[in-house]
Amino acid sequence: MPVTVKTFQALNEAASALSSDRAARYIGGGTLVMRDLNEGDVSIATVVRATDRALQGIEAAGARVRIGAGVTFARVLAERDLAFLHPAARSIGGPAVRNMGTVGGNLFAPAPFGDFTVALLALDGMVSLQGGFGLRDLPLEEFLQSRDRQAGALVVAMSCIRPASADAFRYRKIARIKPKGGSVITLAAHLPQSGGRVTGARIALGSMAPTAIRAKGAERALEGRPLDAGAINEAAAAAGEGTAPTDNSLASAWYRREVVGVHLRRLLSGQES
Amino acid sequence: MAKTPLQFRHNGRDVALFVDGGTNLLAVLREMLGDVTPKFGCGQGGCGACTVLIDGDAHLSCLTLAETVEGRAVETLDGIKSGPNLHPLQRAFAEGFAAQCGYCTPGMLMAAKALLDRNPQPSREQVVEAISGNICRCTGYEPIINAVLAAASSSRASA
Repeated sequence: MPVTVKTFQALNEAASALSSDRAARYIGGGTLVMRDLNEGDVSIATVVRATDRALQGIEAAGARVRIGAGVTFARVLAERDLAFLHPAARSIGGPAVRNMGTVGGNLFAPAPFGDFTVALLALDGMVSLQGGFGLRDLPLEEFLQSRDRQAGALVVAMSCIRPASADAFRYRKIARIKPKGGSVITLAAHLPQSGGRVTGARIALGSMAPTAIRAKGAERALEGRPLDAGAINEAAAAAGEGTAPTDNSLASAWYRREVVGVHLRRLLSGQES
Repeated sequence: MAKTPLQFRHNGRDVALFVDGGTNLLAVLREMLGDVTPKFGCGQGGCGACTVLIDGDAHLSCLTLAETVEGRAVETLDGIKSGPNLHPLQRAFAEGFAAQCGYCTPGMLMAAKALLDRNPQPSREQVVEAISGNICRCTGYEPIINAVLAAASSSRASA
């Protein structure tokens, strides 16, 4: 069924068009919205686009990097200063999907997709939203908890911290098909250390709930301790705390709960998956 | 509902037409321009049968909103041969039995072309990565990977 396509240069106009029409959906790279249109989703009457160049910006020089919501995974991979995010970007789709899919759109990808968001969540991600009232920043965790109610807001950019060292950030996607496949579980861990002890650990999991979530039990188990076998085992034992995985064709909820601790232990101890 | 005017370059030729809102590029190519080389497989971005090049990069035409190719260059399998001569990739696929039912072949060829245009001498691993978004249910992939590597070698030999 044909829909109305509205294209705006200005972000505030696009945001107004989104918030004033409950049947409007924002389209970025198209990998989510076009899929719904191809399936005949009649809840979409209007598709909103924005061409503002701010959506394409990358500010990668500082301690906190900022990536426009319209930046594709292929562009993330082409940016040397974003090397710490390359494993996450590379784990998504094949080359064509990476040429289309965007950092902003990934926030809305339902499980078992949305792997890039898992990495950003572990790196203290923030979401810049353009609403009818102006720009505001929201912690990614808070955004994901209220994602279904964010329909009227336009995601403009994401930001996250740059890990202090290559070893301080670890990412792994467990998939049955390599190099491309949907996620059984996706794990990301930011493990800053001070004086040989972990301080401010953030661990995020994908495909363990409807959106990416933090493994707060595992984070607590590591806090203030050296990253040794004892701390890692306690974190692994707590990995399933607060998770709510579902069954799909890749794995059952039971299997995901059983193996999440195993994969977290391997990630934290630097073992191969 | 009003139609939207759309102009883009299709295999080196400028085209202008009117499209319904929400139409995907694959439908424009197949149903409006009669270029049936890109195939409809899943409509979800999972199979790669509809792969085309937009400004030289591989894209899934079934997930591409037609309006987004305004002013851009779209290349499909129909445009890669040179007169009566097949593209080296097409020759290598034919000689290496890299096509069986043939449904995935146009997408495979375009994904491979995107790779060779940027990297004329890829490693086997890079070929596997390049076609990782394209599903084949017949050949088991090995003949396809070998054909892409053979096309790269034949280009090197003829250079």
